[in-house]
Amino acid sequence: MSSIDAAGNVKTVIGGHRSRTSALLLLLHMRTFVALILVFAFFAFAAPNFLTTGNMLIVSKHVAQNALLAIGMTFVIVAGGIDLSVGSIVGLCAMVAGYLVLYGIDLGFLGIGYSLQFNTIEICLIALVVGVFIGWINGLLITKLNVAPFIATLGTLYVARGAALLFSDGRTFPNLAGNPDYGSDTFRIIGSGTFLGLPVSVWIMVVVALIAAYFASRTPLGRHIYAVGGNERGAALSGVNVDRIKLFVYMFSGLCAALVGLIISSQLQASHPATGETFELNAIAAAVLGGTSMSGGRGRVGGTIVGAFVIGILADGLIMMGVSSFWQTVIKGLVIIAAVVVDQVQQKLQARVVLQQNAN
Amino acid sequence: MTEPHPIGLSIRNGSKIYPGTQALKNVDFDLRMGAVNVLVGENGAGKSTLMKVIAGVEQLNGGTIELDGKQVVFADKADATRNGVGIVFQELNLFPNLTVAENIFVGHEKTLGGIHIDGQAQRTAAAALMKRLEQNIDPDTPLGNLRIGQQQIVEIAKALAEDARILILDEPTSALSATEVEVLFRVINDLKKQGVGIVYISHRLEELIRIGDYITVLRDGVITGSRSMQGVDIPWIVANMIGSASKEFPKTVEHDLGGEVFRVEDICLPSPAGGYAVNHMSLSVREGEIVGLYGLMGAGRSELLECIMAQHPNSSGRLFISGKPVKEKSVSGRIRRGLALIPEDRKRDGLVQIMTIRENLTLSSLYDFTRGFHLSLKAEAAKAAEFVKRMAIKIASPEHPVSSLSGGNQQKVVIGKALMTKPRILLMDEPSRGIDIGAKAEIFRTMRHLAADGLGILFVTSDLEEVLALSDRILVMANGKLTGQFPAGANAADVVSAATPNLNRVETL
Repeated sequence: MSSIDAAGNVKTVIGGHRSRTSALLLLLHMRTFVALILVFAFFAFAAPNFLTTGNMLIVSKHVAQNALLAIGMTFVIVAGGIDLSVGSIVGLCAMVAGYLVLYGIDLGFLGIGYSLQFNTIEICLIALVVGVFIGWINGLLITKLNVAPFIATLGTLYVARGAALLFSDGRTFPNLAGNPDYGSDTFRIIGSGTFLGLPVSVWIMVVVALIAAYFASRTPLGRHIYAVGGNERGAALSGVNVDRIKLFVYMFSGLCAALVGLIISSQLQASHPATGETFELNAIAAAVLGGTSMSGGRGRVGGTIVGAFVIGILADGLIMMGVSSFWQTVIKGLVIIAAVVVDQVQQKLQARVVLQQNAN
Repeated sequence: MTEPHPIGLSIRNGSKIYPGTQALKNVDFDLRMGAVNVLVGENGAGKSTLMKVIAGVEQLNGGTIELDGKQVVFADKADATRNGVGIVFQELNLFPNLTVAENIFVGHEKTLGGIHIDGQAQRTAAAALMKRLEQNIDPDTPLGNLRIGQQQIVEIAKALAEDARILILDEPTSALSATEVEVLFRVINDLKKQGVGIVYISHRLEELIRIGDYITVLRDGVITGSRSMQGVDIPWIVANMIGSASKEFPKTVEHDLGGEVFRVEDICLPSPAGGYAVNHMSLSVREGEIVGLYGLMGAGRSELLECIMAQHPNSSGRLFISGKPVKEKSVSGRIRRGLALIPEDRKRDGLVQIMTIRENLTLSSLYDFTRGFHLSLKAEAAKAAEFVKRMAIKIASPEHPVSSLSGGNQQKVVIGKALMTKPRILLMDEPSRGIDIGAKAEIFRTMRHLAADGLGILFVTSDLEEVLALSDRILVMANGKLTGQFPAGANAADVVSAATPNLNRVETL
């Protein structure tokens, strides 16, 4: 359970040391998980086909995309930043992948009349490098040129989106079936294949989440991310290389976004330059819903995953109930606000409990 | 002082109690009009509290305030302002983005019909104030374009704009250049002639002797001396400031000093205001030696430590640990070489407040518990528990946020974090600031033990008593330069004189 109770920061596991928290505090502490159960139970009753395997698979595919972006976003926000460019990176990487599947790289400009073709793995690697590269640019702007994260990533949001549009002059790359001669016909597996009955994209999400959770809690790098977000100057004076940490989180966020771009273009067997528009907002919402503090230093991968599931199930369930999409938007907004309000209540309550314990 | 100045405001039997400490104990204070009343005392002696009481920022728990012979109670600062008391705080409370005139009238704008700001009237009034203060400052200049000394004048103008008859200046010269100080003193003299009663707080004793008419010395919330400035000299002030009965400082643990462990040569840091914040500083520390670096605010002591800890890329100079040059440019590199810093501002620089006690303690030494990527939480928790015990940090659980601790315990966490990196030289910037007496004594004891174990300690302090009692050797800095070097047991007055080099020594001897 400890990976799920991500919303708060009463960490009670080490050395079997349990702090005495009131039942209310525990409930608040697990609130994202509680919300998930409530939402799930509600739709299980209210929407007739909600619990079917088919529907669950659809939901999990949707959630996987947002969760991947939100994992990267969590690291960025915990380090005290924000990454608005992820939606555009999704789009750009989808276009890069689509272009490579359809055309390869034409070396005509070298005068050899020959074009380089790639297999699926190479295509994926190239797309991932593009995503990491944009994250690296974000990081450089923020660390070396001292641009505010909001502005830097707003800039790359436009630049990457524009680049995606330029790729195809705004058109869609259709029919990404790939070519068995080049070994690119397996491209469709990423988005539509299954493994042990679960979609490959869900497996990708699971693997990334496990690695990210491990890094966050069991490596010096992870601890440094929290320290930088909690007090940048204090971290620097403690010997933490702040710039390197910031570069890392934006590059990781770019990597996550590139994965989503690959998943979507593979799933649709087509790449559209508008892919991923406003995805950054959903990712931020999932992270915040999962207990990530916008002021940095606080947040867990597990919480973010649960947050992504709450948003995904809410959207899916409301559609199945036939609620108008306008109302869905309103409800999503209310849920996010409620999550943050509850978070504030919990923080206050927890501080009081700790003070009481110290007084004893 | 042939003609006595009338008493404008007086406090009788004033007491102020904060949770845990009594800041003022039965204080009797007379503020004379048309004169400069200087107030002196060490940090934490109660000067600022006394002034906050007069300015209405704080209220007395016991005792009375009389203004012009009538008993008054100031409910808040605005109330005091209405009664003609103005205060200029040490930190300027101004808006760099607004003009001089807007700053002067912020909060009490001149308006037409209560809505429309009468910019013209404000400008005229601001210009008149500037003329009164003999300043050639255009009221339409954005405040941010002014030098810090001019900003100080604007702050004074702000107080005068509200018809202050009593003006409190809390360390007004700590950020000023020598010429700006002269301007300020001229302004003070003019105000004095206009009958304004001025309270002047400063650590710079030579300034006090120069411009003061009456002096009041505070120590631990008690007034230890109060008289007219005639015949006052530095030894008298120092004697009243630190008293004869010393606070409890740990006795020196007898041990031999080792060889030189740390040397800095020729450290320079250019100051943004021109000149040097740290001016060709060289010093050395031996194993097991506690070197006290004394000086006033702005003397460049903290900046020197920051240079040593690689916080100023534009600084120059050489560092040696056990004779070997330190070439590392990063903080982590210098920590690896055996340097550790306890920063002055715990909250801002020392701790990550939202992290737990354990996480703060181990933040600088995480790689000690790491194999490859993997951080062993078990080894980390064990080490944290060991240091909690060793530093005698009083906590319910190492998993609580560090922000839940008292100042003294937070400081122990910061020191524990530094010690966990197994340093050879400990740099401590004001290690006893903002913590209670009990915790202070503990921290001093810890410093003694660490030195006995062979650690070299360089600590910065503004507390005269502390530097005299704790140091094996005393260095004094002023204006970025080393101005004095004394053995343990030096004369307090000599140390103070070295810290205020502008003083004409003949005057005091």
